[in-house]
Amino acid sequence: MTQRRSWIPYALVLPALLYLAVFFVYPLVEAFMLSFRGDEGGFTLEFFRQMAADTYFRSAVRNSFLLTLLVVPLQLVIALIIALIVNTRFRLASSFLYICAIPLGISDLAAGLIWLSVFTERGYLNTILGGLRLTAQPITFLTPERIDWLYGAIVVTEVWRATAIVMVILVAGLQLVPRDYLEAADVFGARPLQKLWRITLPLLMPSLQAALMIRTILALQLFATVITLSGRLVPVLAGESYFWYSTYRNFNVASAYAVLIMVISFLITFMYLRLLRTRAEALA
Amino acid sequence: MIATQAPHPSGASGVRRARPLLWIGAAAIAAWVLAPIVLIGLAAFTPREALYSWPRPIIPSQVSLDTFLFFFNSHGVLRSTLNSLLVAGLTIVLALALGAPAGYSLARFVFPGRDGLRLSILATKMFPATILAVPLTVAFIRWHLYDTLLGVALVHTVLALPFTIIITSSIFVGVPTELEEAALTLGCSRAGAFRRVVLPMALPGLAASAIFTFVLSWNEVFAATILTLDNRTLPALIMNAIGSAGAPLDYRFAGGFFMIVPAVVIIFLIRRYLMTMWGVTVR
Repeated sequence: MTQRRSWIPYALVLPALLYLAVFFVYPLVEAFMLSFRGDEGGFTLEFFRQMAADTYFRSAVRNSFLLTLLVVPLQLVIALIIALIVNTRFRLASSFLYICAIPLGISDLAAGLIWLSVFTERGYLNTILGGLRLTAQPITFLTPERIDWLYGAIVVTEVWRATAIVMVILVAGLQLVPRDYLEAADVFGARPLQKLWRITLPLLMPSLQAALMIRTILALQLFATVITLSGRLVPVLAGESYFWYSTYRNFNVASAYAVLIMVISFLITFMYLRLLRTRAEALA
Repeated sequence: MIATQAPHPSGASGVRRARPLLWIGAAAIAAWVLAPIVLIGLAAFTPREALYSWPRPIIPSQVSLDTFLFFFNSHGVLRSTLNSLLVAGLTIVLALALGAPAGYSLARFVFPGRDGLRLSILATKMFPATILAVPLTVAFIRWHLYDTLLGVALVHTVLALPFTIIITSSIFVGVPTELEEAALTLGCSRAGAFRRVVLPMALPGLAASAIFTFVLSWNEVFAATILTLDNRTLPALIMNAIGSAGAPLDYRFAGGFFMIVPAVVIIFLIRRYLMTMWGVTVR
């Protein structure tokens, strides 16, 4: 409905905008102030220096990136499989979709606790291994001596918890793929895999890109899952922000971490938009 | 959405050969999603000694409420549950009061700056609690909002607002303009037309948006942990019990189970709207 120039639409949007200005823009500015302004009010890099000099810093950066690299591709593949299964519209498709969507309602904290009950020393994994007579004694999986196992536990938990959001994006995207194209391919005798590679996936590209971007940025927020499973054995960026705030009561360094997460998120988004656009054009 | 489209015979032919594979895959994935939820449920009702014994059967030989009651009677659990519910309620009210008008505006009017507005609202989704919470603490201490339920609700509203605006906007798009115009020509004011025509039709969708906000607020850990000290929400309480107090395993399992129950029930209740809500929010 086209309206004459009127103040009504602006008036309706104004409260939300004012709210976001106070509780969203202001804290973003404050984050920079806290992390860049010294005691005398001048510009300083002291807090970033403090952050970088901390023993946990390097491994936090490395872990955040490594875990993202491990988790996000797995999530994309599994979510794509789920979405393709849902899209076949087999008899139980809607129940299947519901089951796969359950983790949408589960927090990172609860997911961490759920998988703790599996991976802890007297947990279900050891129970199963013991029951199958594969191990005589319970194995300690979550130990500083086996960082690779800790990684495995975190990756499993994150894939279990956050694949659902990717799945929803892809299911929504698949519904936009015109059925006529697939039917035309049938007419020309295309095999199912050919249809997937030549038609479905290229047309699904925008959804895949959106999912990739959102999941990568969210993966940098990784926090409660890691703490429930590893404490501080596998430090990550958001976790360090939390520890600097809650344990050391240092707002400045905690903010410096927040700014770092923000900058990395920005760079990744920018990179994705750049890379994926050219790729999409090359495909077309 | 899925059920409404007619089956296509030609589309099914290619699939039929892969049928057994499809069922096996679907069953495996469903089991992968469901099994951990069943297991934490079992853990929450396993007697405490059995949780630490070895060998330990998967299905507890005796079911007991001990573990669960131990958690529920732990200091602060009942209160923080109430706190969580209060914060979620406040967040729902705030997010709808601020977001629904904006959503209506984006759905109904074409005005200069609309696309930019839509984009910037979408962009706010990229700055989650992790970035906002610490700097907000400083401001909240100044404004006497630190360690208050209102303070937590205000932050959760920031997180929920972009979703609320986008969901409500898609809902209002679905309400036919003709009906609204008819009400206007029949002598209703704009506000009257909204109240008598648009609102009743949009109500189920607005309820779905409120439920989405509930799940978001009930599950939010980072900001709630950072912004509270005594007035913890449930996730903040449990996070703190784990992070600094070293809570025992039975507390953790029962707490984990207790936190997921409402969310699972709610997702079941709104399963028909799943795609509309989460699907729309990402575009």
